[in-house]
Amino acid sequence: MSNIRKGLKALLAATAMAVVAASAASASAQTLKVVMHSDLKIIDPIWTTAYIVRNHGYLIYDTLFSMDEKLDVKPQMVDKWDVSADKLTYSFTLRDGLEWHDGKPVTTADVIASIKRWGAKDSMGQKLMSFTKELKAVDAKTFQLVLNEPYGLVLMSLGKPSSNVPFMMPKAVADGDPNTQLSDTTGSGPFIFKKDEWKPGEKVVYVKNPKYKPRAEAANGLSGGKVAKLDRVEWIAMADLQTAVNALSTGEIDMIEVPPHDLLPVLAKDRNVKLFDANPFGNQYTFRFNTLQKPFDDPKVRQAVAYAFNQKDFLDAVIGDAKYYKECKAMFVCGSPLESTKGWDDKLGSNYAKAKELLAAAKYDGTPIVLMQSTDLGVLTNLAPVAKSHLEKAGFKVDMQAMDWQTLVARRAKKDPANAGGWHAFLTSWVSADILNPVMAGFFNSACDKAMFGWPCDEQMEKLRDQFSRETDAAKQKAIAEAAQVRASEFLTHIHLGQWYQPVAMRNNIDGMLSAPVTLFWNITKK
Amino acid sequence: MLDFIARRLIAIVPVLGLVAVFVFLMLRLTPGDPAAVIAGDNATNEQIAAIRAQLGLDEPLLKQFVIWIGKVLQGDFGESYFFKKTVASLILQRVEPTLALSLCAIVFAVSVAVPLGVIAAYKHGSLIDRGVMAFSVVGFSMPVFVIGYLLIYVFAIELELLPVQGYRRFGEDVGLFFRHIALPSVTVSVIYIALIARITRTSVLEVMNEDYIRTARAKGLSDVVVLMRHALRNAAVPILTVIGLGIAVLIGGAVVTESVYGLPGLGRLTVEAVLSRDYPTLQAVILLFSGIYVFINLAIDIGYTLLDPRIRY
Repeated sequence: MSNIRKGLKALLAATAMAVVAASAASASAQTLKVVMHSDLKIIDPIWTTAYIVRNHGYLIYDTLFSMDEKLDVKPQMVDKWDVSADKLTYSFTLRDGLEWHDGKPVTTADVIASIKRWGAKDSMGQKLMSFTKELKAVDAKTFQLVLNEPYGLVLMSLGKPSSNVPFMMPKAVADGDPNTQLSDTTGSGPFIFKKDEWKPGEKVVYVKNPKYKPRAEAANGLSGGKVAKLDRVEWIAMADLQTAVNALSTGEIDMIEVPPHDLLPVLAKDRNVKLFDANPFGNQYTFRFNTLQKPFDDPKVRQAVAYAFNQKDFLDAVIGDAKYYKECKAMFVCGSPLESTKGWDDKLGSNYAKAKELLAAAKYDGTPIVLMQSTDLGVLTNLAPVAKSHLEKAGFKVDMQAMDWQTLVARRAKKDPANAGGWHAFLTSWVSADILNPVMAGFFNSACDKAMFGWPCDEQMEKLRDQFSRETDAAKQKAIAEAAQVRASEFLTHIHLGQWYQPVAMRNNIDGMLSAPVTLFWNITKK
Repeated sequence: MLDFIARRLIAIVPVLGLVAVFVFLMLRLTPGDPAAVIAGDNATNEQIAAIRAQLGLDEPLLKQFVIWIGKVLQGDFGESYFFKKTVASLILQRVEPTLALSLCAIVFAVSVAVPLGVIAAYKHGSLIDRGVMAFSVVGFSMPVFVIGYLLIYVFAIELELLPVQGYRRFGEDVGLFFRHIALPSVTVSVIYIALIARITRTSVLEVMNEDYIRTARAKGLSDVVVLMRHALRNAAVPILTVIGLGIAVLIGGAVVTESVYGLPGLGRLTVEAVLSRDYPTLQAVILLFSGIYVFINLAIDIGYTLLDPRIRY
């Protein structure tokens, strides 16, 4: 009997030790469990513009330049750079000690191949390439970008913060067809993608890159030293956000990237959870016209809409709490270097009398406006009913059609008449980092068929965009951007409906999250 | 019997063929464009067109169908448009949670519902009977997600006994597996328990008035023996039918339950594939579900012969 007792005691002691050892191991290996805004399906950040893939890219890849908190472009993989007096030749030298995850050194051959792949896909990259005469390696660490004529957005392009980000990849990977999705995830960033642990629909795993050499400067926005303080980051796929909130509350996960606004009061009351607004520039709601379809082919009718709308109603209907939104008439975002309200001061004030006057002048014939409403994304669903209400008060007839976002995305590419499967208008949201100037902001493109869906055709706007991209003086660039905004208020490619903010929810033991337009995982600690 | 099974197996081919044609056409006729989803919100029309061409979506519909069905006949369900993975590997990865959820729910539901139904029939008109019937009505009426959130609130948040979400594979840790699968199984089985308990009660009540039951009682057999040996066995055919049909309800419930509990199963894979218009994955999953239905029906038909020797095919 005593032997049995001794055996049981030994077994219990061994079990206890094993449990303690396992706990110690898990405590020493710091793992951050996060529910992101969507599951990662595609792993090539150049092949798609999806934000989840961009965020994945920031973990495993590095960039030549990055933007800091104030949206100033700073060197990242680049150690030093200069530009010739004629502003035609940019020379870049890479930092010492840059290595790919497989241990091979990062060379200028890799960088040039990466820029070319990105330049073939991204709209800003394409623009940069159209000004580029040559990209040549001087040696393994120095390369030159030779331009045909001065171009004012070289550094802004290479430091582009959002999709598609010019991430650097090994030459063997970047040399592949830009229209084919990559399967190789070798990068040189602060984390390594664990492809063997990636279970689509379940979790995505990244581990710290022990060889990564961060810059000496402190982390600042997307720039500065990217110090990975976590051993492991796990993105947990969770379709239901209520479940995610419950899991955060019980400590099963550490962070929710985009907690829904209606659950923020619940999270704010939880003593174990804190909210952090990581993106001070937020997002911007936008109403997009299809300028091919009557009556929106007439700028006067589009102006009537701008007079009928007011931003507050839209923001109240979706975000609700004024703490998380801001009325802002600056098309290039409030708080950014190009902030201005010029051209918009008399609009967005629900001036229905003026709207009716413009409709009468345009001889609007009562054609119903086909307004596409996305019903499956919480941050968009309530926008269309508000738009419908304002449009009707201004004298429009509105046919609001409900559909899921993917149907809307497919339908907005159609140029068919609105009553034959086409459309007149829809509402969406932009991350502010994507709309900081008239070249970057896709809806300003007014190059007819080459413009984004809605296909505005305006020679004057295209001239201004062209001038902006050629201008290398910041003050003059600001004046051109202001002129583009004024032109946009007359021609109206789209209407901006205010800025809104999305706090991240995290457990109290998580610290060090950086303010940036992208959710970043370096610098974060878990106590 | 073997002839019957062979005939039924052969009949599966045209059924699945029709399902394949129907699914293929339905997906292509549904609004939405996988290329636009892949390209992302900020993509240009050129980027979307390039992806569409790469996926072969710009080919005529008939050609797309012939290519797909040709591959399926060779056992190749293609590659997901999104993940650089074969559809077969995606399904294999997701099948365990759904299988575990379904099996646990069936075992739990049958073990609770059949005794409940039998007791309700035996105590016909009593408080117990009324209680079981009331539970049936509530079980039917309450949506699966409401039951899920209620159970999470009580057992995970308030009592902190079980996890809110997630799944652990049986092979990784048996204890954790059961901790994670317990709440989802109970959630999805509630409607199933209501269904089976109700049918069991009705079937048992029906046979309790038969002559052979009266004879058994007249012979002096105890109530338990009469119920278990004579009544339940004769009432089993409709119960088995309901159990089989209920699997359809179960799979439907699994889609919601997997979302509420964050289980990475086939239900969620289906929803994700629908939302992202991942045609190859969706086609394969629907074919798989159709195949499962057909085989369940076959198994039920065979089960009839085991329960009732009078049934012969």
